[in-house]
Amino acid sequence: MKITLKLHANLMDRLPPGTKGHAVVLDVDDGTCVGDVLAQYDLPPKIAKLVLVNGHYVAPEARAAAPLHDGDHLAVWPPVAGG
Amino acid sequence: MGWTRKVLRVNLTTGTCVAEPLNMEWAQDYLGCRGLATKYFTTEVDPKVDPLSPANKMLMVTGPLTGTMASTGGRYSVVTKGPLTGAIACSNSGGYFGAEMKFAGWDMIIFEGKSPKPVYLYVENDRAELLDAAGLWGKSCWDTEETIKASHQDPQIRVCSIGLAGENQVLFACIINDLHRAAGRSGVGAVMGSKNLKAVAIRGTKGFGGIRDFPAFLEVTNQKKKILADNAVTGQGLPKYGTQVLMNVINEMGALPTRNHRDVQFDQASKIGGEAMHEKRPTDGKAQLVTNAACFACTIACGRISKIDQTHFTVTNNPKYWGATGGLEYEAAWALGAANGVGDLEALHYANMLCNEQGMDPITFGTTVGAAMELYELGLLTKEQIGEEAPFGSTKAMAHFAEITARGEGFGKELALGSKRLCAKYGRPDLSMSVKGQEFPAYDGRAIQGMGLAYATSNRGACHLRGYTVASEVLGIPVKTDPHVTEGKAELVKAFQDATGVFDSAGICIFTSFAWGLADVQPQIAAACEGDWSMEKLALMGERIWNMEKQFNLAAGLGKKDDDLPPRLKTEACKTGPAKGLVSGLDKMLPEYYQIRGWNEDGVPKRETLERLGL
Repeated sequence: MKITLKLHANLMDRLPPGTKGHAVVLDVDDGTCVGDVLAQYDLPPKIAKLVLVNGHYVAPEARAAAPLHDGDHLAVWPPVAGG
Repeated sequence: MGWTRKVLRVNLTTGTCVAEPLNMEWAQDYLGCRGLATKYFTTEVDPKVDPLSPANKMLMVTGPLTGTMASTGGRYSVVTKGPLTGAIACSNSGGYFGAEMKFAGWDMIIFEGKSPKPVYLYVENDRAELLDAAGLWGKSCWDTEETIKASHQDPQIRVCSIGLAGENQVLFACIINDLHRAAGRSGVGAVMGSKNLKAVAIRGTKGFGGIRDFPAFLEVTNQKKKILADNAVTGQGLPKYGTQVLMNVINEMGALPTRNHRDVQFDQASKIGGEAMHEKRPTDGKAQLVTNAACFACTIACGRISKIDQTHFTVTNNPKYWGATGGLEYEAAWALGAANGVGDLEALHYANMLCNEQGMDPITFGTTVGAAMELYELGLLTKEQIGEEAPFGSTKAMAHFAEITARGEGFGKELALGSKRLCAKYGRPDLSMSVKGQEFPAYDGRAIQGMGLAYATSNRGACHLRGYTVASEVLGIPVKTDPHVTEGKAELVKAFQDATGVFDSAGICIFTSFAWGLADVQPQIAAACEGDWSMEKLALMGERIWNMEKQFNLAAGLGKKDDDLPPRLKTEACKTGPAKGLVSGLDKMLPEYYQIRGWNEDGVPKRETLERLGL
């Protein structure tokens, strides 16, 4: 299945070379969970502070078992804030 | 320095400047800055006063940590009755002006009356005088600051001023200090303009002193700076990307108000966010962002310094805008961009520069443009009336409106009234995305339920800086809560509102709260200030300030009907994103909020509440 991985702010550096913008489409195995993708990109909870699947928050303790589905958008941010 | 214990009272009608002692009894109950100035203001001014009349007063005020080495200790506030809202107005600004006021030996300056001709206040330590501003009237904030420094032959003078927007009493005019820092919201610049007060210029050489326990203060402020430096948000995220990093976050979670809140996601958000400001432009190979910048004593440095693309149509023939200057922050980029469907980052920077140059609040300006674009799309405004084709997404119209609003030209005169009055004039008051007449900032109250309640109950009209539950509902600071539910939000909003009152009254920046709690602020205040500054006392003080502001608003004629959201947020559900189908649950949250506050069902503080708070 295909998912879109979006890495934002300084996590953009982890995207494959040549990636335009902050998103890349990935081919992943059925049954892949959020935690699997984060592990592949070396994104432990301390770095991946804010993780959203289709805009919904995924808590650190839920990531390992949170399944991804075809067409999902997985977006990740380091600790950020604004005003 | 704790307090300098001195207030400068300036009567603009008679032209007198008189020093008086700070009311130290009040300082023990209200600390400084927002709290203390509001105590002075509400004691001295009739709540029914016309905000633009000589009877209104305007207070510029520092906090006890302003001018010290406490991180971000450079804040000052402007307190008055706001012409945009008819409510209490308190606008807070950073930069260096506040610290300079302290260095000159003043906690507060109270302006009263109205000068018969344009003047500016010049303060050099203990000496204060009103000087003729005939040569400054008509100048921008940028030119005013440069002219004052040149005329006094002192480049170290710090200046706050109004531009054309304040002179023309644009209802969302702000006061600009240090070229691009602003006491931004509620129209405090219009009040300054109504008094014929063009600028305040201060030179202070006294430094700071009077800290209660200086060794303890030095130690604790250093400890707390380390917390900010070690925190990933305040030590890394904000310095690198500024507040603008939120554009993609808020869009992804479907909470980015778009096209006058018709939508909650903007398909061009990634073109106008913090990451985009780092990207090199194809035209000149340079990024818009030049560097970050810090206000006085700030160890976060979230400020943006940017340069526009010189080939952009807005500035091709106008080199005065080519230099490095204050850049886009999240609220401005959202209001000038997503709120009216414009995805041109260079145009947004251009409009933001005009707001800084002429002293306009970009939030209210941008969202008023969004309302005008909706009126245009509905056929209620025409090109003949407004001078431009103005559908959502029109970069040219947005830039044009930025040029004519501060100057009060053509349709700019109508935009200058804000969206509430504009939409009412054209028969659709429901299209003003505002509370108490002040427009929403950059978070949708349907997709982030706590913010809907925070907006509805904000004492200065819709505002994110009176109760920033985004920290919890989106960012997980201090704990993560679900943005889509109403349960627990009344308590959350109250907690944020009361704590913010303490930060604002200390003279520090609310952005420290991403890493600091009240327990980090308390020992800094206790080391700086005489008196008992326990956690309990500070928490009570925050609540006292909120209730004091509320009482002023009630006496001014505002009531439960004003603690409300526009119909769109209560009846038109989010169309896309994770909050799809949601409307604001204000009807559930508001009664609970009133109850938790100790107010009756009409939102009036009960007698026992006021007695508990010493009001």
